[in-house]
Amino acid sequence: MKHIGKKAYLGLILLFLYTPIVVLIMQSFNAGKSRAKWEGFSFRWYTALFQDQAIMKALYVTLTVAVIAAIAATVLGTLAAIGIQAMRKRPQAVMMTMTNLPMTMPDIVTGISLMILFTFTKIERGYMTMLLAHITFNTPYVILSVMPKLKQMNKFTYEAALDLGASPSYALLHVILPEITPGVVTGCLLAFTLSLDDFVISYFTTSPMVQNLSTLIYSKARIGIEPTLNALSALMFLSLLILLLIVNRRAGKTTRL
Amino acid sequence: MNQNLYLPPWVLWLFGVLFVGFVAYGIVSVRRSNGIKRSFFASPYTVWMVLFTLLPCVLIAYYAFTDPTGAFTLDNFRNFWDSNYSVNKIYEQMGPDYAVLVQRGTVNIGTLVYSLWMALLCTVICLAIGYPTAYFMADRQLKLGSTLVVLFVIPMWMNFLLRTVAWMTLLEDQGLINTLLKALGLPAAQLMYNNGAVLLGMVYNFLPFMIFPIYTALTKMDNNLLEAAQDLGANRLNTFWRVTAPLSVPGVISGITMVFMPSVTTFFIPRILGGGNTMMFGDLIENRFLTEGNWNVGSALSLIMMVLILISLSILRKADPEGEGSGIV
Repeated sequence: MKHIGKKAYLGLILLFLYTPIVVLIMQSFNAGKSRAKWEGFSFRWYTALFQDQAIMKALYVTLTVAVIAAIAATVLGTLAAIGIQAMRKRPQAVMMTMTNLPMTMPDIVTGISLMILFTFTKIERGYMTMLLAHITFNTPYVILSVMPKLKQMNKFTYEAALDLGASPSYALLHVILPEITPGVVTGCLLAFTLSLDDFVISYFTTSPMVQNLSTLIYSKARIGIEPTLNALSALMFLSLLILLLIVNRRAGKTTRL
Repeated sequence: MNQNLYLPPWVLWLFGVLFVGFVAYGIVSVRRSNGIKRSFFASPYTVWMVLFTLLPCVLIAYYAFTDPTGAFTLDNFRNFWDSNYSVNKIYEQMGPDYAVLVQRGTVNIGTLVYSLWMALLCTVICLAIGYPTAYFMADRQLKLGSTLVVLFVIPMWMNFLLRTVAWMTLLEDQGLINTLLKALGLPAAQLMYNNGAVLLGMVYNFLPFMIFPIYTALTKMDNNLLEAAQDLGANRLNTFWRVTAPLSVPGVISGITMVFMPSVTTFFIPRILGGGNTMMFGDLIENRFLTEGNWNVGSALSLIMMVLILISLSILRKADPEGEGSGIV
């Protein structure tokens, strides 16, 4: 009973964090269109959701971009981390600064600078440019989750493998990779969720013709949100929750990020 | 709009030569008896970063220091100080009669000050609410376990745009809070489209970024230190101020960084909850680029913001030289 005050405080903060989410999910089951009045339980907005072409297209764009960007960033980032780890001190410091730079840069500057690049090089903004942008901002996160695993492993196993006649690619796949797999998987999942969640960078690197869910929500939020979007957010929340549980289980098994 | 928009051919040639050199280096390295160097694995990433991070930054700098014809100029930065700069220049050229009309435009400076002020308020509120939260979460006597930590993480994983939109349904005139007020017989309040709503949205979105670094710093702390302090006769308040608080400084610094930086540059929260009545620096930049199509002024503003952020980051790094507080991604 001594700690009731502390627990109440934590409960209050959780209430603050969860109220909008709970309200949103409840509204998705509201039969009426009004946001304030409860008119009975229904799955109406969920059926409407799957018939909405714009939302389904945005969902497709979001998911494919997230999957492709996560895989590309993981390959690029894992190779990079292995390479950076083997570098001498000076170039290593330069590479790490370059990795940290986009993470400290505000999203809006990253987005705008990429928009300038694409216009400058006459590349039309759309699906491909959004994908390139997502790979760009995901890769540093993969590197930062693979790096600690590389630091933990024995420096000389790779060289030992080469001395024993393994080719570099064989040594990479069969000696280094198994040791760093937890970091690679965590990095990949992190990249996937970051990409799923991104709004600002996507907003600047895509055209209004190719929208992901975030930019779609943004354009609709200014006119007035439809209950179908509530249904969508409830579904997205649920799927992220499942993903989070998987990641958390992984993080529990290995070391935390 | 912009005459000098596209890459001159020599730049393309440069990229071509670099690419060929890169491939040749790879082939030569593989051919060598000792195989390729491991650091070679980082080269695709290096090329990628040069193309998609460094080059765009160089382009922003290029636009910031040139005018629409591509000539070097500092006018974009003068425009930051005086947003009526170009109009004022015309008035001044028209002679002394028009000197009265010269008036410094304060939009940019005003927005910057407003953004910094809002970000500061947001950071202070997040620290005030978040520190006790992290402190209680890390309190071992409460026996809360890791489930609670997960509970605090979950909202962060929901699309932050949706979370902000959700507040809209709570705050708007016909929203839940006003309906509740009416049901209780109280007068309805205008909750949306003001500074308070923007601040609430910011605190709501960024609070977890304050809680987690502090929580990480507190859980890393050796509990024996607290017992030692108490054994040596310190009371609980003294133990907190002399032991716990100093040891949590890295977490606090990291939290401040992670809340302050995105707060200054946010542009969707004021759009949605402020309804265009408030403008933050992020809005201003977006406005210059997309609404006005003025890339030169927009780039200058982006550059100023980047410099400001790098300066504040280096100040904060000085306070936490080992970067220990970077507990959460």
